[in-house]
Amino acid sequence: MYQEVILDHYKNPHGRGLRDGDAEVHHVNPTCGDEITLRVRYDGDTVADVSYEGQGCSISQASASVLNELLVGKNLAEARRVQETFLELMQSKGQLTPDDAMEDVLEDAVAFAGVSKYPARVKCALLSWMAWKDATAQALGESPVKEKTA
Amino acid sequence: MTSSRPGLPGLLDTEAIRKDFPVLDRQIHDGKRLVYLDNAATSQKPRQVLDALNTYYERHNANVHRGVHVLAEEATALYEGARDKVAAFVNAPSRDEVIFTKNASESLNLVANMLGWADEPYRVDHETEIVITEMEHHSNIVPWQLLAQRTGAKLKWFGLTDDGRLDLSNLDEVITEKTKVVSFTLVSNIMGTVNPVEEIVRRAQEVNALVVVDASQAAPHMVLDVQAIQADFVAFTGHKMCGPTGIGVLWGRQELLEDLPPFLGGGEMIETVSMHSSTYAPAPHKFEAGTPPIAQAVGLGAAVDYLSGIGMDAIAAHEHALTGYAVQRLQDVPDLRIIGPGTAEDRGAAISFVLGDIHPHDVGQVLDEQGIAVRVGHHCARPVCLRYGIPATTRASFYLYSTPAEVDALVEGLEYVRNFFG
Repeated sequence: MYQEVILDHYKNPHGRGLRDGDAEVHHVNPTCGDEITLRVRYDGDTVADVSYEGQGCSISQASASVLNELLVGKNLAEARRVQETFLELMQSKGQLTPDDAMEDVLEDAVAFAGVSKYPARVKCALLSWMAWKDATAQALGESPVKEKTA
Repeated sequence: MTSSRPGLPGLLDTEAIRKDFPVLDRQIHDGKRLVYLDNAATSQKPRQVLDALNTYYERHNANVHRGVHVLAEEATALYEGARDKVAAFVNAPSRDEVIFTKNASESLNLVANMLGWADEPYRVDHETEIVITEMEHHSNIVPWQLLAQRTGAKLKWFGLTDDGRLDLSNLDEVITEKTKVVSFTLVSNIMGTVNPVEEIVRRAQEVNALVVVDASQAAPHMVLDVQAIQADFVAFTGHKMCGPTGIGVLWGRQELLEDLPPFLGGGEMIETVSMHSSTYAPAPHKFEAGTPPIAQAVGLGAAVDYLSGIGMDAIAAHEHALTGYAVQRLQDVPDLRIIGPGTAEDRGAAISFVLGDIHPHDVGQVLDEQGIAVRVGHHCARPVCLRYGIPATTRASFYLYSTPAEVDALVEGLEYVRNFFG
C-alpha cells in the first residue's frame, strides 16, 4: 500500500496551504477523523488552483497532494475525467490493474491502486477528491457566467 | 492458574487459556502470528462459547416462552438459565432485574427512553438536568442528547483532567437538585481510566438522581457487583466478554423496572392485549419485546461460566500486571505519548497513545502488516480526542489471553513504524 510515490507526496506535499478561491468546502472522514478544507479557483474553465489544509493519515494527505499536482492547469472536462477515473480505481476493490490508458490519465495517482484493496482506507484516499468535486459544483453554481460542461 | 514469569506476578497461565481460543492460532500476512490487541472493541470467543451456540442450534432451537413442545421448553430453559447466570455474575438481588438487549447501546437507549416517557418522580423534562461525562463512549452521549432535545432537559457533564481522569472538583455544581439522572462509564473505552463510582453515586443519591453505569469495559475485566456500586441501572454488552455479538444486558433495580414504562412494544412484553389497550408483563419481559436473541443469550451464559471458572479477580490481576508492563515499555518508545493515566493504578487494560505526528491510521496499518491488530481512530469517544487536541489515537487493549510477549511485539512493531515513516 505504501508506495514510495505516496510517501514522497506525504512528506513533501504539493500546493498545501489555503489560498484565494471561488468556493471552499470542509470534508471529514468520520470513521477516522481525517479532515480537509479545500478551495478551488477557476479561470474560465481552467482549474487555476486547488489549495487545501488538512490533517489525517499519509494516504489522505498524499492523495490531496497528488490531486493538486494533477488537476491544477487542466480544463474542467479533463479534470473531471481524472477524478472519475481515480474514483473508478479506488472503488475496484483491488480487482483492477491499471492499463496504459489509465496510467496516462492518473499519472502518480495510480500508486493508490493498492489502497483499493483496503476498504477501510478507500475513504482516506477519496477524501480530497470528493471535496474537490463538491467545491467545484459550488464554484460553478455560484458563478453562472461559467459554462457547465458536465 | 498463574504462571511465574519473573517480575510480573499475577499472570494467568495464558498457554493453557489460549488453547481455548482457536482464532489466536491464526497466521496472517504470510505466516505472521496474529497478535490480537483489539479486545476493547471485541473479545475473541472460546471454544466453550462456540460449542454452546452450536449445541443450541443443533439440538434445542425453538422460540421461547410460547410452545408446549420439548424443544420450546428446552430453549426457554436455556434462555432463562442464561439470565440466572448473568444475574449471579453481577450479583443481582433478583434474576428479574436482568433485561436482555442486543448490546450496551440499546441498554442505554432503553433507560433514556424509559425516563423520557416516565411519570413523576422519574420524568425528565425541561425543568430538569441530565449529567454525563466528557469521557463517555458515543453510546452514553447521544441517547442523552436525544432525550435532552426531546424533553428540553439540560445536558451537563464532567470534564477531564490532563492525566485522563474525571474532573470532579465541581461535583456539587454539576450534580444539583435539578439533576434527574447521572450516567457515566465505569471504565473508559479509550483511556482505560477506572472512575471513582462511590464519590459520584454519593452525590447523586444526595439529590435523588438516578445513577446509570456503563459497564461495557468493566464487566469483561473485573468483578462487577451491581449492589456494591449502588447504581440504579448498569449496562454492558456480551461480545466484549467472550460472548457472541447481538446480546447485551441492562440490569435495573426491581422497583424502578416495575414503575417505569416500556419502550418497545410487541410480542412477549404483554399481559393482555385488546384493540383498545394492553397491559404489560412484569419485568424483565416488559422490556423484551419480540423474539429475543436466544442463541446469543445462551452463548453469553457460556461465556459467564467460562470467565467465572477462571475467576474475575484472577483476570483483573492478570490484566493489571500486563498493563503495568505495557505502560512501562510504551513510555520507553521515543515520541510516544499515552493519552490517559500514565500508570496502571485505577486503570483498565486499554491504552491509547499517539506516536509523534504519525497518524494513527498509518500506525495501525503498518502494525497490521506485522500481524498486530490494534484499533485506530476516535474509538467512538470523539470528545476525548477534542479535549486532548488530537484527531485520533492508536489503542492497544488486552484480555485474559494477552501475554507479555505480545506487549514486546507491539513495542517492536512501533519501532518499525517509526523507522518506516521517519
